[in-house]
Amino acid sequence: MSTPHFDYLDRLEAEAIHILREVAGQFERPALLFSGGKDSIVLTRLAEKAFRPGRFPFPLVHVDTGHNFPEVLKFRDELAAELGEKLIVRSVEDTIKRQRLREPGGKFPSRNPLQTYTLLETIEEFQFDACIGGARRDEEKARAKERIFSVRDEFGQWDPKRQRPELWNVYNGRIQKGENVRVFPISNWTELDVWRYIQRENIALPSIYFGHPRTCVVLPSGQLLGLNEHLRLDENDEIVERQVRFRTVGDSTCTAAVESDAATIDDIIADLLLAKVSERGATRLDDNISEAGMEDRKRNGYF
Amino acid sequence: MDLLRFITCGSVDDGKSTLIGRLLYDSDSVSLDVLAALENRPTVHGTVDLALLTDGLRAEREQGITIDVAYKYFTTPRRKFIITDAPGHVQYTRNMVTGASTADLAIVLVDARQGVVEQTRRHSLIASLVGIRYFVLAVNKMDLVGNEESVFDQIVADYAAIADQLKLPNVTAIPISALLGDNIVARSKNLGWYTGPSLLEHLESVPAFEEASIAEPRFQVQFVIRPQTEDYPDYRGYAGRIQSGEYRRGDRVHILPSGQESVIEAIEVDQREVESAAAPQAVIIRLTDDVDISRGDSIVPVGSQIHVAKEVEATICWMDERPLWPGRKLLVQHHSAVVKAVVSAITYKVNVRTYGRAATESAQLNDIVGIRLKTAAPLVVDSYQQNRATGAFILVDELSGDTLAAGMVDAMQNSFVPEPLGFTI
Repeated sequence: MSTPHFDYLDRLEAEAIHILREVAGQFERPALLFSGGKDSIVLTRLAEKAFRPGRFPFPLVHVDTGHNFPEVLKFRDELAAELGEKLIVRSVEDTIKRQRLREPGGKFPSRNPLQTYTLLETIEEFQFDACIGGARRDEEKARAKERIFSVRDEFGQWDPKRQRPELWNVYNGRIQKGENVRVFPISNWTELDVWRYIQRENIALPSIYFGHPRTCVVLPSGQLLGLNEHLRLDENDEIVERQVRFRTVGDSTCTAAVESDAATIDDIIADLLLAKVSERGATRLDDNISEAGMEDRKRNGYF
Repeated sequence: MDLLRFITCGSVDDGKSTLIGRLLYDSDSVSLDVLAALENRPTVHGTVDLALLTDGLRAEREQGITIDVAYKYFTTPRRKFIITDAPGHVQYTRNMVTGASTADLAIVLVDARQGVVEQTRRHSLIASLVGIRYFVLAVNKMDLVGNEESVFDQIVADYAAIADQLKLPNVTAIPISALLGDNIVARSKNLGWYTGPSLLEHLESVPAFEEASIAEPRFQVQFVIRPQTEDYPDYRGYAGRIQSGEYRRGDRVHILPSGQESVIEAIEVDQREVESAAAPQAVIIRLTDDVDISRGDSIVPVGSQIHVAKEVEATICWMDERPLWPGRKLLVQHHSAVVKAVVSAITYKVNVRTYGRAATESAQLNDIVGIRLKTAAPLVVDSYQQNRATGAFILVDELSGDTLAAGMVDAMQNSFVPEPLGFTI
């Protein structure tokens, strides 16, 4: 009997499907956090492989910052409809009003920190006991430390010193009432792995991932930010027309574009193989505030 | 391209984090922005402190030590690697077990000035207990002992005694300097007397994943799929992952622990029926009979030598601050099966220095002990030696949900191997 050959993408896929099914088996009220970005789109493809011909045993949940790219929201709604799965949207705008939160100030008023409030409200509203997310350990050094099943207390807090040992592929999701588990099925994937999987599976993506002309603001760092109505610009800001694409699709006030002509997934992979700057380094303005920026936000309940 | 998971272990300050930083750096896997952040930090040696690439927590950077496991990734044209950077401190041994449990290979780092120390023995024991098959003895900081061949030879000889005692299957010794990059990616002129492969060359050539595919077929049900829709009114699929071996359509199977028999009607991968599937694929299995199966049950070919047991002997690493005493009731999580159990006896404690066994009354944090475990419902198990997937379990606190121990089945008591029922017409 010849031994079948599985390459690394097959193995990563099998691991992720196994994790998704463990969530379905262990929790009463799980949810899949779905932003319309490439990582969460890959999660929906993996969920199809894990649960079809049945329905997903969890709804898709989007925490809408109100600063999203319209192309991404359109794609989000179309994909949910195509999958025939339930989509729950909760908005940061509502949370700000309800909790009388202060809108972020500055020229680039990112609502990323406020997302945590809406996420925790949504978890409470639906009593979610597990939230599946598309975070990857290669994104950031604090993420590299996180388990695949990450237990959070009732305030959503992560305590890196008190993480449960995670042994073999035996995932312990037992929690007390009020706690929840954040589950990261593609923890072991890198940005390149995600793109290679998208290529292999021929997965459709929002248009902003591909090169397109866009009016941008040039930041002092040299990064390009797509012009949008939330930015508070002054006359010194340089406005340019550039051919760009996005490597991530977060809050449009803090997600920079990269110059690129890439028209296909093959082009993007070729781009990526030459890229010398990490995904977050290239695109996120809010991780660089301090060395422990991500760790501190995660401790407070951020994804 | 295939995948190799490896762990680095060794004592504090042996240079594990520096070694990983060096592997990432020299294989061109560090982004410029990440590097720029490092270059802004003051360092002792006047060069970039590569250890900071892995010590991702505030407390780790403050104390200059690794507290928790970090996972790092890099790819060469030949292979994708997942590195598990495990802490060296004795009090974080449980985190080392966490890292070792998924590794195919262990790099045991030794400081050339110190030679083999207690942590070398402890970590080699743990790596060997969890069944790692490939070992690299990386003798680091060779530059600090004048790159002397005799120093290396002495350490290799000392380690041979450990390898012999633990019956380590494949040990390769490589002299390196993680700080200078000697023999990490390329072979170094500084160590011209050494004729073997560089560390990376070796990591690229070790065979990956062989045992799971050659072991007997094992499959455990994670989730029952019943769409109950117009298109699929009677569909019942058992979703799970093939833990080892290969399954084929038409296989006669036992459903365990109940002992019912049936035949595999279909194996589905991504909604397509396939003739066969093998570990580690995630599949859906459908059976010809309407049998009662739920999450945690196993489906194995008739004739399998798997045991159905309500009492097992196991080696565990105790991971809780509160000691374990005989009589403790807890939960056994054996992949997707969870059953209540009682630790009926602690039979011995392993001395991590001598590897000898001694009698003990309790297990303290980080102790490796033998236990006897009685379960409320039967477990469907192999010995860990026979099968790393089905011989492994964790112990869980019923109230807090905390993971208390990593367990490996040594032997089954009062167990039976299911026999074919035989078909009557």
